[in-house]
Order: sequence, then structure tokens, then C-alpha cells
Amino acid sequence: MTNTIADVEEADVILVTGSNTTENHPVISSFVKRAASLKDTKLILVDPRRIKLAEHADMWLRPNLGTDVAWINGLLHVILKEGLYDRDFVENRTQGFEALQEMIEKFTPDYVSEITGIPSRQIIEAARLYAGAENGAILYCMGITQHISGTDNVKSLANLAMVSGNLGRPGTGVNPLRGQNNVQGACDMGGLPNVFTGYQKVTDADTVGKMESAWNTTGLSDKAGLPVTEMIPRAHSGEIKALYVIGENPLVSDPDLNHAEESFSHLDFLVVQDIFMTETAQKADVVLPTTCFAERDGTFTNTERRVQRVRKAVHPPGAAREDWRIIAEISRRMGYPMDYKNASEIFDELASVTPSYAGLSYARIEREGLHWPCPKPEHPGTPILHAQAFPIGRGNLHAIDYIPPAEQVNDEYPLYLTTGRVLYQYHTGSMTRRTEGLNERAPESFVEISPADAEKYGLQEGDKIRIASRRGEIMARMTISDKAVDGTVFIPFHYAEAAANRLTNSALDPVSKIPEYKVCAVKLSRAA
Amino acid sequence: MTENQVTINGNPFPVQPDDTILDVARRNSIDIPTLCYLKGATPTGACRICVVEVENARNLLPACSTPAQAGMVIHTESPAVVTSRKMSIELLLASGNHNCAVRGSDETGSFTDFQLGVQAQDHSDRLCPAWGDCTLQDLAYRYQVSGEAFPATEVKYPLESVNPFIVRDFSRCILCGRCVQACNEVQVNNAINFGYRGKNSKIVAAGDRPLKDSDCVFCGECVQACPTGALMEKDARYRWRPWEAEKIRTTCSYCGVGCQLDLHVKDNTVFKVTGAEEIAPNYGSLCVKGRFGYKFINSPERLSSPMIKENGEFRKADWNEALDLVARRFAENRDSHGPDSMGVLTSARIANEDNYLAQKFTRAVLGTNNIDHCARL
Repeated sequence: MTNTIADVEEADVILVTGSNTTENHPVISSFVKRAASLKDTKLILVDPRRIKLAEHADMWLRPNLGTDVAWINGLLHVILKEGLYDRDFVENRTQGFEALQEMIEKFTPDYVSEITGIPSRQIIEAARLYAGAENGAILYCMGITQHISGTDNVKSLANLAMVSGNLGRPGTGVNPLRGQNNVQGACDMGGLPNVFTGYQKVTDADTVGKMESAWNTTGLSDKAGLPVTEMIPRAHSGEIKALYVIGENPLVSDPDLNHAEESFSHLDFLVVQDIFMTETAQKADVVLPTTCFAERDGTFTNTERRVQRVRKAVHPPGAAREDWRIIAEISRRMGYPMDYKNASEIFDELASVTPSYAGLSYARIEREGLHWPCPKPEHPGTPILHAQAFPIGRGNLHAIDYIPPAEQVNDEYPLYLTTGRVLYQYHTGSMTRRTEGLNERAPESFVEISPADAEKYGLQEGDKIRIASRRGEIMARMTISDKAVDGTVFIPFHYAEAAANRLTNSALDPVSKIPEYKVCAVKLSRAA
Repeated sequence: MTENQVTINGNPFPVQPDDTILDVARRNSIDIPTLCYLKGATPTGACRICVVEVENARNLLPACSTPAQAGMVIHTESPAVVTSRKMSIELLLASGNHNCAVRGSDETGSFTDFQLGVQAQDHSDRLCPAWGDCTLQDLAYRYQVSGEAFPATEVKYPLESVNPFIVRDFSRCILCGRCVQACNEVQVNNAINFGYRGKNSKIVAAGDRPLKDSDCVFCGECVQACPTGALMEKDARYRWRPWEAEKIRTTCSYCGVGCQLDLHVKDNTVFKVTGAEEIAPNYGSLCVKGRFGYKFINSPERLSSPMIKENGEFRKADWNEALDLVARRFAENRDSHGPDSMGVLTSARIANEDNYLAQKFTRAVLGTNNIDHCARL
């Protein structure tokens, strides 16, 4: 997030898109609901499903799946045509305005309406509402990013914020909501193929030299590695022979699971380190037992870049050990000693090689976490990014054209499928499905369909349904719901026995390599 | 005295715009007891525990909802205030099964009779499960009030426990409204409200249905806000005493909000989770997963030993054997097929320290940049 969570309540207008906030980030949703329901803040919701937040929204725009660039460009079109943009901000803080202007020329409300299904009147009103606000905040989540146009979608939202001057102040910003406790930290720590900690590029010779000297080693590779969505296919082709999987369950969470399973079976050697015998661990040659959050000291970095303490409360079961101890032990046995007494020592080392964390220490975040960048021990942290300038100087406005999703419906696969989570389950369910109460509330998978589609296909509430895509099929119970819109069904991806990812498309965004989980074509039939 | 000051118990204090009397007192560490007041919600003044005496005012005024006006002379523990508070507490104690032993005998019979009556209703022969963790009990102790001043009122509504998380014990509800405010003004889930009228008043979920059949999403904000034993975590009820448990502050391990919470631990087991009220980012709020989704920690299915697969079957191994095998196979693979034939999936679930070492290991030991995690998935 460019801004803080609490900031959301300071906004005059909040635009939420591609985020089922009340189920996926319930506590952030409270900030949004308080602002929208108890204060004067206006809430614009753009989402293909009639999610709970729609009840609190002043406007609900319902786009066709995968048409985000089109509606965002539509808003930009109106904002520029009606002179609602922030001239000062555009002139002083951005570049690329002319190219953007040229691109959005064709995105008239009528043209956008054709692509997105959103009435042109609503495009105009939403543009006026967002750009007319003193402070407008954008919140988004995987509904924006999990598309082949995911990067384009995010850049388009950034265009919208910059053109409206909605950055750098409380109640503004472009705010991705991170779906897992330490996504932000895993990225910050260099758990990515192209960067060391703090987004320092592995292809930069000076950085490589700096890390070699800090780590007392030589010959670090300066060639970017493979993202997960390319590693797995290369296991299939035999280029990747050994895989070390720590705290992940790709055999439920990866797209096009049938293909992913085959890929894993081609590996020569698979090590899985986890707290449960997950679907992925079952395929391993060696399984290493580790600790859960309550059994270890450390830090997580939340969605607002706040680095916070994790503390040991109970002892782990049996021989289970902290992840870092296991990694250090393997490393030592491979001839590279990693001698740390505790997590705090590791934190001090990572802070010393990471400029944005350099001012942080356990002592400083003992009571309350701090937001990076925090370059010096006396620095107060940075709750709001881009207040005076962007790190790159001027912010780039990107001229982006609309491209349709990779897969379209046809006569054989006439319905769109979109996937996501439900309130009571979490990701691949390895924790929540072993927690009785949560399971009682959400025991099994379902396919959510609109009343009109249910009638059209002759399906009843509770029917056992076979759902098939070009890649696989699963069975789930039918739920007829007003949340669903005609032509699109929804299936949660938590349930391994009815894994939605057997159906999903592994087509990738060319830049971020994120799969298009949010759109594929399926057909339904009543199971025999 | 300057214009923008009030006097509390003889001392002057500055007043800021929109201050209530309670705001000024709290800022200056003057203890005015409250019961129904919920930070962040609209003060109602309903319970009258926070009343104070303001000179030249006709009545005692609730500190939580009375604006602090310059020149006010306020007494927070005057005889009139104490008398009023005692009366309020006596009435509340008489309004249900407050069998925490502050109640003596009354004209309806002995404590034993009272307790037997409670037992018939809450199916427990023990004292109130909130004993020692109850604002009403604390107030009764502070003002040395026992429950026999008024006859006990009849308990109208049975206990509700037909959901996995929350027990609603209407016999211990004092209708303070904190849960209603927590639900409607803090979480804005709008699942519960006041229902019926007068002596039939009850906190109801839509249409007076059980929580499980209502709009309730089991965030538990109401449980944390409840000052008595009316709303309790099912798992902690009769199993957890505040002084027996250790409270450990940590960060929630579910979504990316990073809620700060306290794990309440007894016998190496987490029994209860509460939100940290005074700090960002969540200021006490949690969701159902953060508050009630902790049982996986003690699941019998937790992995507790390294495992090595032989002929398609896992067998237990000790750490030395497992780690030696992993190190040997990684080294062989690296040396015979090259570093880029290997990959590491680190995790958005584990800590920064683990991720840091995972990428250091991948780069410095395996010699490849093939490391990623499930941020995209």
C-alpha cells in the first residue's frame, strides 16, 4: 500500500476493485464500511460479483470479467474530457501524459460500455465522483492482478491516481491488499527471482558485489532466475530437477493443477518443509517439520509495509524446528556455515544489507511496528509513500490498450469461472480445514451461480454439479446466489478434493508472470 | 483560571475542542469508571456508571457523553456520585445470574438457593465463567456493592450455544449495548441490535435468530467488548482464567492486514485470542480466522518428525539423517546438473528472517536465482 490502513477512513471517496474485502481482509473492510456507512465518504465498488461490500457502496459498477483496463481508461477519458484532472500534479510529478491522452481518446463511455457491460452513465458518474474528491483512495486485490493483463490493470489504476493527483496524502493512494500474512515481507526479503532484499536487482554488478562481500562468498549469479509459474513447467520438461518447497502448497494453489501434478512427478528430488502433510508434501522425497507462527520469534511485514514482531507463545510439536534453523543446518552441511543464535541476529544482518530496513531493529518495533522505508535508526518510518517525489523522479503515466482475457466462452464452455476465497477458509486450507469451528461454517466447496443461470441450465440448489474446463473437471454443490451475475460462476479454491485450480488457466501476464485465475471458460452438468 | 480549562477534583486541566468530560479525565489519568462506554463508538450514557458531579448542574452528568465546557467544576468521586454509582451497580447486579459471590442473601432466600437457580439455567454448578474478567464484578468490588439490595429479576431467555465460537448467556447480559455498538459502529456488520422493549429487552440478531442463522460473521468484536459473562468464547468458557494464562503479543498469521493480537496460553495451549486494542493496525478488531482459527496449532496432524520416503512410503527419520540426505542430494544435483537445475519456493507464510535465509541459501549455496513464492497465487 502507498498509504496506511487507517488512512482509508480519511478518504472522501474510496474506490474498491477486485477485492472481496469483507471476506478476504475483514478488518480492513471495517475501515471502509465505517467510512462509507457512518461518515460522508463515498464508496465506489467495481466488481463482477455482488459482494457484501455492495450493500455499503454508493455506486456498484459491474464489469465483465477481465475488462479492467477498459473501465479504468473510460474513467480517465471522462476525467480528461471534463478537465477534472489535477494539472499541477500531472505537470510537476508525471511524464507520458500526451501518450496517455492519445490512448484514452477512443475509450469513450459508449465504447467502454460495449466492452465492460457497465452502463456509460455509470462510467461518467464514477469518474466525476473519484476525480472530484479532495482525497480519493484506491484499494485493490487479486481481482485486478490475477489476469494476463494484471500488470496493465495495476498501471492503469496508477494512471487514475496520478492524473487525479490522489497520491502522497492521507486518504489517497494506490493500495494493494496483500492476501497472506507475509507476502510483503517475502518480496522485501528477496524471495523473488530477480532481486535481493529491498528490491536490489540481481543483474546489477554493484549490488552483486555488495552481497558477495556481505555474505563472504563469490560467484553469485547475475542472471535473473525463474518465477514459480515458469519453474513448475520446467520441472515438466526436465530442466528443473530438484525443488525445495517451504511453507507452500502449490499442488492446490497452482493453476492448471493436472499439469502441475505431472510436473512435480517429473522431479528427481523434492523436499517439502511444512507444518502439515499437505498435498504437496505427500509427493516429497523428504518432509521436514517446521513451526507455526505461535511457536517462533520473528517478524512479518504487513500490507501497509509495517514490520511487526512475531513472538513464541507455545512449544512446537515433537522435533519441529523453525524454518531458519533448518535452512541454516542444510547450508552448514553443504559447506557454508550460517551461525545465528536467534531470529534477532538474522534481522540485524538483513537490515544491514537492505536500505529500506536499515533503521529497523527488534528494539524499535517492540511495542508497535514501523513502516519501511526506514533508512536510519532515528528515522520514524514512512507511513505514506510518494509524498514529495517518486523514487524514480517523475511518475510514469502508461498508455495502455485493452486486451481481452486469454480464454473466451463458446458453445461448448458457455460460462465464465472466477475463483477466490471465502471468509471461513484460508488459501489451500492446510490450517483452516484443520480448525473445527471454521470447517463447520464452510465445510465444502460449492459453485455459486445466479438465479437466472440456474434456471437456464435447469439446476437446483444443492445439486451435485460437474464443472469442466478445457483442462480438467471437479464436482461441487450448487449454490444459487444473488452474489453471482448472469454468465459467470464462482468457485472457492481452498478445497483440495474439489480443487478449482484443476479448471483454471495457466496463461500468464507477460511481465509479472501471474496466472489468469480470475477468468476461464467452463461448462456445468448435473452429476449422475 | 484561563478560558479553556475545566477543574476536576480541584485541579485545572486544558480542554480541547470536542472533548467530553471523560476525554479530559482519561488524558490526565483521572480514573472515571465506565461500563457501557466503547471507544470509537457514539457514547450513549446508558449505564450511568460514569456519572460525575458538575457544580451548578441540576443532575449528575454522564462523563462519556457530556461535552467538557470551559469553566466546569467537576467532582468524580463525590458522595453524590458514589451513591449514584452504587445504586446503578445494585440494579445491574439484580438483573440476572451474577453469581460471582459478591451477591449476598436477599429476601428471596440464601445464596445457595440463588446458586441452585442459576445452575438450573446455565447447567453449571460453578460461579459465573467471567469471574475475575468482568467489569461489573470489578465495579461491585470497587464500590463494595453486593447484590441483595433488590430482588433478583427473572431470567427470560435461555442460553444460546448453537454455533462453534460464541456462547450467548442472556442471564448475564446487562443490556449495556457495547456489543451492539461493536457490531454496528466498529465492525459495521449490522448483525445484532436491541430487540423487544422494557423488561423484555434482549440483544437480538435479525428476527431474534441464533447467531449462526443471522448476518453474524463471528468476528467476535462483541465478545471482546462484553463487560460481563454474557458473551464468551466457547473454547475459553470455564477453561480459562485470566490470571492462569500468559498473554503473548504477536502478529496474526492469516491475511496481510497484520492484526496485532494476544495469544492467551495455558499448559502450552492457546485457549483464547484477543485483539490488541491500543495499537495499529487493527486497534482491537479481528476477524473470525484471527480470533477463532487457532486450533490448527494443536492439531494431532501436525508434523512432528522429519520423514523420508522409501519405496513410496514415508518413514520417520531423525534430523541428522534427513538433513544429511537433503544436503547430499542438493549438492549432487548442483554439481552434476548445474545450479539452475534447482529451485526454491520460499513462502509468504513464514517470517522475514526465514525468507532472508532462504534466498541467501538459494543464491550463495545452491548458486541460482531460481527462488520465488506464492505472492501471485
